[in-house]
Amino acid sequence: MIDILHIILFVFLVAIGIAIIRLRDLFAAVMLAGIFSLLSATLFTVMDAVDVAFTEAAVGAGISTLLMLATLSVTSSEEKPTANRRQALIGLIVVTFTGAALIYGTLDMPSYGDPDAPIHHHMAPRFIEDSPEEIGIPNQVTSVLASYRGYDTWGETTVILAAAIGVMLLFATPVVSRRREEELLAPGEGSG
Amino acid sequence: MFDPGLLNYWIIMILMMTGLYTVIAKGNLIKKIIGLGIFQVSVIMFFVSMGKVRGGTAPIAGEGFEVFSNPVPHVLMLTAIVVAVATLAFALALVVRIKEEYDTIEEDEIRELEAGEEG
Repeated sequence: MIDILHIILFVFLVAIGIAIIRLRDLFAAVMLAGIFSLLSATLFTVMDAVDVAFTEAAVGAGISTLLMLATLSVTSSEEKPTANRRQALIGLIVVTFTGAALIYGTLDMPSYGDPDAPIHHHMAPRFIEDSPEEIGIPNQVTSVLASYRGYDTWGETTVILAAAIGVMLLFATPVVSRRREEELLAPGEGSG
Repeated sequence: MFDPGLLNYWIIMILMMTGLYTVIAKGNLIKKIIGLGIFQVSVIMFFVSMGKVRGGTAPIAGEGFEVFSNPVPHVLMLTAIVVAVATLAFALALVVRIKEEYDTIEEDEIRELEAGEEG
């Protein structure tokens, strides 16, 4: 079953999602995205995922918002008003069909919180019962993250390293703009 | 046929589609990235809600607690959140470079500039 707290949080989340679509002020949209992350962190706490909740609050609401604001400061903070009806219509059609297919896919799923669902009977019982003795720390999420599935974390750090190298390559070398280079080579003709 | 136990998943699907719509219909690159973020958080929410056990508590062993929610989706989603911020940083760096090169972050204006260069 689903309790009233879920409903309230979900209503807020959907309202923020729609507001982000409608708003043209990018600064407001970024702030709303931060609030979206914070509210979803609350929802994760309600769903017993406290580790996910504080990571989402720190990383999703903190660092992501910071990066977005830094980007806004060097680009523009206003979205150009577009009247591209065709793109909006295509989006609406794609979203309707994808959403319908996804909801159809949930119809034979076990209902929310069902203790008999198959997901709770494969690996989880072993982690829940044995990890406090085997690893020696009470938090089972930490045990699984750092020990049983340590390779996942290793892969994650590789992804972060790759992203960091990518960002540094994009910024470190002072690449002369292709457009400006053409202007320098052929003055007066313009680049069209 | 209405099963209230599935309502959670359906609302998450609606949230997911809000993000997807932003990615498809909006021309502004930062708006697209925000939409992608909403999509990612919804997927994470979907996984976490599958791990919930009725009457369970957070998977931390303690005196007097018997029923725990499933820790495995939590672990996988922790990884996903951190990877999401890495990809976000890279996407934003690309946006800054695009701004330097084209002096705009609107998709249609970039297309026009590209078309003008070729013709």
